[in-house]
Amino acid sequence: MNKTQLGYLLLLLALVAAPFVGAYPILVIKLLCFALFASAFNLLLGFTGLLSFGHAAFFGGAAYAAGHAMKHWGLTPELGLLFGALAGGALGFLFGLLAIRRQGIYFAMITLALAQMVFFFSLQAPFTGGEDGLQGVPRGKLFGVLDLSNDLTMYYAGLAIIAAAFLLIVRTVHSPFGQVLKAIKENEPRAISLGYDTARFKLLAFVISAAITGLAGALKTEVLGFATLTDVHWLMSGSVILMTLVGGLGTLSGPLVGAAIVVAIENKLGELGNWIASVTGIDWFNSLGESVSLVTGLIFIVCVMAFRRGIMGEIIAFIDRRRGKA
Amino acid sequence: MKLTLKPLAIALGVAAIAVSAQAQEKVKIGFVTDMSSLYADVEGKLGAAAIQMAIDDFGGKALGQPIELLTADHQNKADIAASKAREWIDTAGVTMVFGGTNSSTALATAKVALEKKRVYINNGAASSALTNEQCSPYTVHYAYDTVALAKGTGGAVVDTGGKTWFFLTADYAFGHALEADTSRIVKEKGGTVVGAVRHPLNASDFSSFLLQAQNSKAQILGLANAGGDTINSIKAAKEFGIDKTMKTAALLIFLSDIHSLTLKNAEGLLHTTSWYWDLNDESRKWANRFYEKHKRMPTDIQAADYSATMAYLKAVQAAKTTDADKVMEQLRKTPVNDFYAKGTLRPDGRFVHDMYLAQVKTPAESKKAWDYLKIVKTIPGDQVFTTKAESKCALWK
Amino acid sequence: MEIFGRPLPAMLSQLLLGLVNGSFYAILSLGLAVIFGLLNVINFAHGALFMLGAVLAWMGMEYLGVNYWLMLLLSPLIVGALGILIERVFLRHIYKLDHLYGLLLTLGITLVIEGVLRSFYGVSGLPYSPPDALAGATNLGFMVLPNYRAWVVVASLAVCFATWYVIERTKLGAYLRAGTENPRLVEAFGVNVPLMVTLTYGFGVALAAFAGVLAAPVIQVSPLMGQHLIIVVFAVVVIGGMGSIMGSILTGLGLGVIEGFTKVFYPEASSTVVFVIMAIVLVVRPAGLFGKEK
Repeated sequence: MNKTQLGYLLLLLALVAAPFVGAYPILVIKLLCFALFASAFNLLLGFTGLLSFGHAAFFGGAAYAAGHAMKHWGLTPELGLLFGALAGGALGFLFGLLAIRRQGIYFAMITLALAQMVFFFSLQAPFTGGEDGLQGVPRGKLFGVLDLSNDLTMYYAGLAIIAAAFLLIVRTVHSPFGQVLKAIKENEPRAISLGYDTARFKLLAFVISAAITGLAGALKTEVLGFATLTDVHWLMSGSVILMTLVGGLGTLSGPLVGAAIVVAIENKLGELGNWIASVTGIDWFNSLGESVSLVTGLIFIVCVMAFRRGIMGEIIAFIDRRRGKA
Repeated sequence: MKLTLKPLAIALGVAAIAVSAQAQEKVKIGFVTDMSSLYADVEGKLGAAAIQMAIDDFGGKALGQPIELLTADHQNKADIAASKAREWIDTAGVTMVFGGTNSSTALATAKVALEKKRVYINNGAASSALTNEQCSPYTVHYAYDTVALAKGTGGAVVDTGGKTWFFLTADYAFGHALEADTSRIVKEKGGTVVGAVRHPLNASDFSSFLLQAQNSKAQILGLANAGGDTINSIKAAKEFGIDKTMKTAALLIFLSDIHSLTLKNAEGLLHTTSWYWDLNDESRKWANRFYEKHKRMPTDIQAADYSATMAYLKAVQAAKTTDADKVMEQLRKTPVNDFYAKGTLRPDGRFVHDMYLAQVKTPAESKKAWDYLKIVKTIPGDQVFTTKAESKCALWK
Repeated sequence: MEIFGRPLPAMLSQLLLGLVNGSFYAILSLGLAVIFGLLNVINFAHGALFMLGAVLAWMGMEYLGVNYWLMLLLSPLIVGALGILIERVFLRHIYKLDHLYGLLLTLGITLVIEGVLRSFYGVSGLPYSPPDALAGATNLGFMVLPNYRAWVVVASLAVCFATWYVIERTKLGAYLRAGTENPRLVEAFGVNVPLMVTLTYGFGVALAAFAGVLAAPVIQVSPLMGQHLIIVVFAVVVIGGMGSIMGSILTGLGLGVIEGFTKVFYPEASSTVVFVIMAIVLVVRPAGLFGKEK
């Protein structure tokens, strides 16, 4: 077992123990949903070099699909999540067919356009509940046995699902398939000349990413009990880019860290502000909680200007440098 | 402080449980609303200020302990609102969740309160689903809802002679509900709906929709939209002179919207409101206190925030407990009678009180700052809200 | 007389209104196209700077009593100066990187500008009236057109075509176009390319601010006004072909008109139609209607 694996094991142990050392399980699991979302996104951007500006469509689309299936068709949670992942994957396949042959910024724009259509569909379709959102999705019983309405049961079931999905991403990256993706990212013409049908590889990577994103969205609905328009809005696509970038593009651990930071800012900035105000005595910080988007914007700027490799990327680079010297 | 206390409490283990059991009796209000996004001016931080004002007026203490107010900005995201409420209930011992503007956040938070058995009060959200299809024994919907807006404005406008209607409707659930409810009341009263045009959310230019409305030759232009869309429709209606041939009825508009539109653009506009600062001596007295502190006149939502907090605190004091079932029982049997409203809480969670049909003054009629509305008609509460026959709420059968 | 079952006057008036909206799209996408052409940056901040232009017009009136006409000149200058600052401090460090970083950086700048203004002015917006000279409306027979809307079309078309002329028909424009193709070669001829890049960005965002002042009397001035528009304008630029000057002007006007007609025949789809067209165009002509793929 190498050091990286040890690190993941420790992280997993920490997450297993988290509810007993004061962490609030529902917040942690929500955070992990976003971490999975960001990891799936990173599979595409960090490891294949495709910038999708429409991932909210898979996240939110699957959240609605799974919610509807569990609420109105009475699907059990595991089937609901599977249905969500399939819905995400199917949407991803459609997007991919149209977009995959485009390069760089055109790719980003066409995914954005398609995601906007999904947004308008979600706004108008009767089953999504428009701006009220799809509410009151029951948590149900996993495999018909495990009652998930208990927060702790939900937490461990969710943790297991997310860990498995994350493992799938790690496997994908390290597989021969993942190596081809990396080759496409580094030099696509070269990969073509080596005889790879790059469009097919990219499409497959896109569908996998969309399906895992769908799983993350479906799981969020399962945990929180609703899906709303926020999940399909283009700002959600922007938010996942931020998570990946802050954490570290093309690193496996980066999206986890990035998601943790972004979700923490959304949920805890107000309390942080109050705390700074009480420590420094500057009254202004008390209103920090109303400036989430401002702070998010500053992070974007600082990130792009100062540490482009993201937090984990910088740490890994630092360790590599140390090793290089030693 | 909270950050350092938390691990300590957990380390103490059993002692911590004893502490939290005691803390149950401490009144804690958690207020989560939109403080930075689309609806921040309707309620926002001044809503929190109104709640704090009620707590201070109550004496700052209930059941012998200081009352605490926690606030958070949900940025119009349901997942933030609901998880905040959940966390507050589970870790901070919040006894009442106060929800704010935006229907999706309100419905999601109401579900959490139901699951955890806490009192849930909402003023800012419009959706009547809160007390209808999705009603809960712990929800109090205090100020207004889409049904009241539709019945109030629709009914009263037909009564005053506006028989033919054309709707400009935001194309999503909220707009459709508002249009459908209003159409029904218009037809019941003997009016006709000659047409409607659905516009997408956040359409910045309304002129072409308005020309379609004008060509319909209807007397009344009904705006079944909200926020920026309503403001921009009214502005364009003025610019294209629609107001010369049609009367505009805005189904959902707040004092803060009229303030930012200015009277020049908004004059003559008909709408329904749950309260207005210049109603009577009592309302003026409270509003002036608010104004002195914040340099803005309160919206009806902010006034309702004060009134609802007061009602809750009185119920806790009378029931001598923060237990949600007992407090709700107390709230249901105690009529409210204050500067905001005189009314009672129904089994479906609807607080029933009179609403007002108001018309925006012309610049010439306005004598002082914030002198914006004249009350055309008082609409009795038992007529304006959902009736028992219409209700789909299982708790009210 | 009728077209597709609608009376001709009604169709004519929708055409005209579509042109008014198209003028906004044209002038905004023109700025984006100019910036993309030379800097290779997708300027997400365009919407925020458009909004800033409108807010400045309001501030000028509210605090200093400066009238509309002066602000129509001053506001773009101020925003242009701010743009130059943004370019010097931030953007110049990321030209060599992937498009992604430019997009993200400008998205960050957008959030900061919007956040700051929101904390000062709230969200429901600030009132701004058209100047007295353009108040009132003219009866064209088939419709009553507010004079101000007519002015919007005239002013923005004039600015658009002046820009086009400078870039495509003058020596300065030739440098600019050469700089787009091969900056090092142009530098070798003794042209100060970094300065040219800086000024181009300043000019591009000044166009956004100009559109903002034009829009101030039409749309409620609010910190959120740019957010709704920017995504549509992106689509316009992509449809026209990234970096194509004439392409963005014509596409802007054309899409305004198409959107206008959609508002009559299928109003619910009027804000989606642009994206449908964009998806179709990208599938059929990947580089946009007027662009050439690099």
